[in-house]
Amino acid sequence: MRNALKKLYITLILIFLYAPIVTLIVLSFNKSKTRAKWGGFTGKWYISLFKNDDIMAALGNTLLIAFVSSLVATVIGIIACIAIQAMKKRSRSIVIGITNIPMLNADIVTGISLMLLFITLGIRFGFLTILLAHISFNIPYVILSVLPRFKALNPSTYEAALDLGASPFKAFMKVVFPDILPGVLSGFLMAFTMSLDDFIITHFTKGAGIDTLSTKIYSEVKKGIKPEMYALSSIIFISVLVLLFLVNYMPKENKKEIK
Amino acid sequence: MNKKILSAPYLLWSVVFIIIPLLMVFYYGLTDKSGAFTLENILAIATVEHSKALWLAIKLSIESTIICLILAYPLSMILSKLNVNQHSFIVFIFILPMWMNFLLRTLAWQTLLEKTGVINSILKTLGLPGINIINTSGAIILGMVYNFLPFMVLPIYNSLSKIDKNVINAARDLGANGFQTFLKIMLPLSTPGIISGITMVFVPALTTFVISTLLGGSKILLIGNVIEQEFTQTGNWHLGSGLSIVLMIFIIVNMLITAITDKDGEGTML
Amino acid sequence: MKKVIAVLLLASMCMATLVGCGANGGGKKEVYVYNWGEYIDPEVLDQFEEETGIKVIYDEFETNEIMYPKVEAGAAVYDVVCPSDYMISKMIENDLLQKINFDNIPNAKANIGAQYYETAKEYDPTNEYSIPYCWGTVGILYNKTMVDEPIDSWSVLWDEKYKDNILMQDSVRDAFMVALKLNGASMNSLDEAELNAAKDLLIEQKPLVQAYVIDQVRDKMIGDEAAIGVIYSGEAIYTQRENENLEYVIPKEGTNVWIDSWVIPKNAKNVECAEKFIDFMCRDDIALKNFEYITYSTPNDAAKALIEDEEIRNSEIAFPDLSKYNNLETYVYLGEDGDALYNELWKEVKSK
Repeated sequence: MRNALKKLYITLILIFLYAPIVTLIVLSFNKSKTRAKWGGFTGKWYISLFKNDDIMAALGNTLLIAFVSSLVATVIGIIACIAIQAMKKRSRSIVIGITNIPMLNADIVTGISLMLLFITLGIRFGFLTILLAHISFNIPYVILSVLPRFKALNPSTYEAALDLGASPFKAFMKVVFPDILPGVLSGFLMAFTMSLDDFIITHFTKGAGIDTLSTKIYSEVKKGIKPEMYALSSIIFISVLVLLFLVNYMPKENKKEIK
Repeated sequence: MNKKILSAPYLLWSVVFIIIPLLMVFYYGLTDKSGAFTLENILAIATVEHSKALWLAIKLSIESTIICLILAYPLSMILSKLNVNQHSFIVFIFILPMWMNFLLRTLAWQTLLEKTGVINSILKTLGLPGINIINTSGAIILGMVYNFLPFMVLPIYNSLSKIDKNVINAARDLGANGFQTFLKIMLPLSTPGIISGITMVFVPALTTFVISTLLGGSKILLIGNVIEQEFTQTGNWHLGSGLSIVLMIFIIVNMLITAITDKDGEGTML
Repeated sequence: MKKVIAVLLLASMCMATLVGCGANGGGKKEVYVYNWGEYIDPEVLDQFEEETGIKVIYDEFETNEIMYPKVEAGAAVYDVVCPSDYMISKMIENDLLQKINFDNIPNAKANIGAQYYETAKEYDPTNEYSIPYCWGTVGILYNKTMVDEPIDSWSVLWDEKYKDNILMQDSVRDAFMVALKLNGASMNSLDEAELNAAKDLLIEQKPLVQAYVIDQVRDKMIGDEAAIGVIYSGEAIYTQRENENLEYVIPKEGTNVWIDSWVIPKNAKNVECAEKFIDFMCRDDIALKNFEYITYSTPNDAAKALIEDEEIRNSEIAFPDLSKYNNLETYVYLGEDGDALYNELWKEVKSK
């Protein structure tokens, strides 16, 4: 009985979380361009999607920016964590406090302040400025994922490796890194997700001719979202979902490694 | 030792990309169009419209945060007791909706909640009375809860899964019943996660403007709307920055709370 | 967990490389265009690139007010922008535009009706800075089956009968335009008494309003979600195609006639290409094709003559006979203080 209740609760929450997603997927097959009417079933938006150069370019930009910014943020974040770990409590609190600022500040304030920064520094707006902005707001997510793992480490293992003759870098990679890996991956994932979805910061830091999916969608709100967007979002969603299931239900000899 | 040198890249980065932009916001907030120093942008929060917008935003954020907490905690408890191997799968299932564009998800809620929308169509065919929460603050709360629930679930789930099962077993052995175990062991040990979750939900909810525009029929003016309008429509960046400085008080309060309760200085989001 | 991430990375890297980066090298002929979202037929852009070999780098914006800071700050440099009437006068006043060399754009004066240039004088007094692209009116769209009688006045938006069935535009100028016109005042009024009266009217109306929307009006009216809405004429045609119960009317108190025009910013880098682009858009066949895609009225009389469907060519909605109405106005730039005043009052309305 108790188990049934638990399962029911989880199911209800999942329905709540996924209802809009399902709605969007259904709309992607809507023959009518407007979301207010069901015009019949069609797959044509999926086809016209791939013919649309603008959307494809935006997709490429979005994925590239998300990937690169998350990667850079992860590297910087890990280095930062090593340093933070070695700090005294007071400096640690201050640095963590500063780290939290982009996450807590209103998106629009972060976006505008970065735009002001780039204008002051005379940097030309374009791909680079978006990348810098994304890295900036991604780093906090990485740090906050990795830091707890650092805390849980046993410092003696690292020192033992050094004693045995390993260079600090090698010791780090062989001893420390595997242990913090789950946190690193979590952080990377969060950063990637936040980067994918960001609109307002990208809007203020992008140059002419560069669009991410988010900015493209927002510019369509006034006139009505192109159904190709529903199709695209559905494709992204379904592919990630399928990957997730495949990976999880593949035969696993090394199940113990995954955590 | 040389570990301190390692902090250089990040410190440099945060100075350039976090501190300096923040200072620029302060600069705009504390000056007027001619560049003279003024407090009027910050004091503007006291006008009738602005204070009402702020108050409404606080009220709705608190309500959403509480609802998120109530929904998330039992969920996290159930999830943390599941198979350890499912950990990544679970994290993913909750992050996955965020891969669908935020605007599209919110628009989808419009399609669901409208008078002629999906939910009402289903209810009507079943002969049940329709719901009419679209364009009210109820819809805004729903939108906030929907968008921020994963941010509440994940930290609490992480905190709970870190609790050593043996501690719970020991408590049971010593005669504690379910409720006492919860109150004395789980709750205190998951506090960092709860505080993380509250932070990750309350502050973004406070500054949101898309949700109130799309789901609230743009009838309910929140502080996020005011700031956004100052930047994008009125073009009065000074006022927008001034009001943002006021909001930063919440950030500072949060940083203090986190610093005080987080005795190990680690931060526990994910 | 590792596997999940690894596969994801691989997948996204594959997708990213397949799709390619958005940035491109310079050196070849190109023109940077900044226009409203969904405001051009993509095929028209392709045709332009084919015929002229000039690459079009196309950006979109949602509102004039979002476009302005980007152009003013020079963060992104555009060669051709399409602002609305009052925004053009603001840009002229702030010295952001350059005079257009009409000799290089022969189609502009040849194909676009003189009456539009006349109207344009309200915001571009010397007609040297802008070339009309689309125009239209603002009016009431209503659902025949959901209202009791035919509609002809803005006052119906205050009728208690239609509580929670009324959609207003979420734009300070458009909202105040309705209230000011209802009171018989000018939509460009800077008179405090008139503005306060309009503000009070809007506050009075608020409980009856279902939502303040921009182009969501379209979807909501098509879906029978609301009975009455304030809408742009260009959208009206589209909605009628999707829902035959919808009618569009210009209220008797008068309304706004708006024009969106092409302008060339002062700091444009590819002026020659910009001129070629605008000239291309003013061709009659191109304007016709564009009109059929975006359904917003074209000021291009040569294109209008080519419209085959008589109903559309003579449509009261698409091409109203403006001389029938005597209280139509175009928005002008109110100046910084005027803007600030309007925005303050609008904030008061929204905050109630």
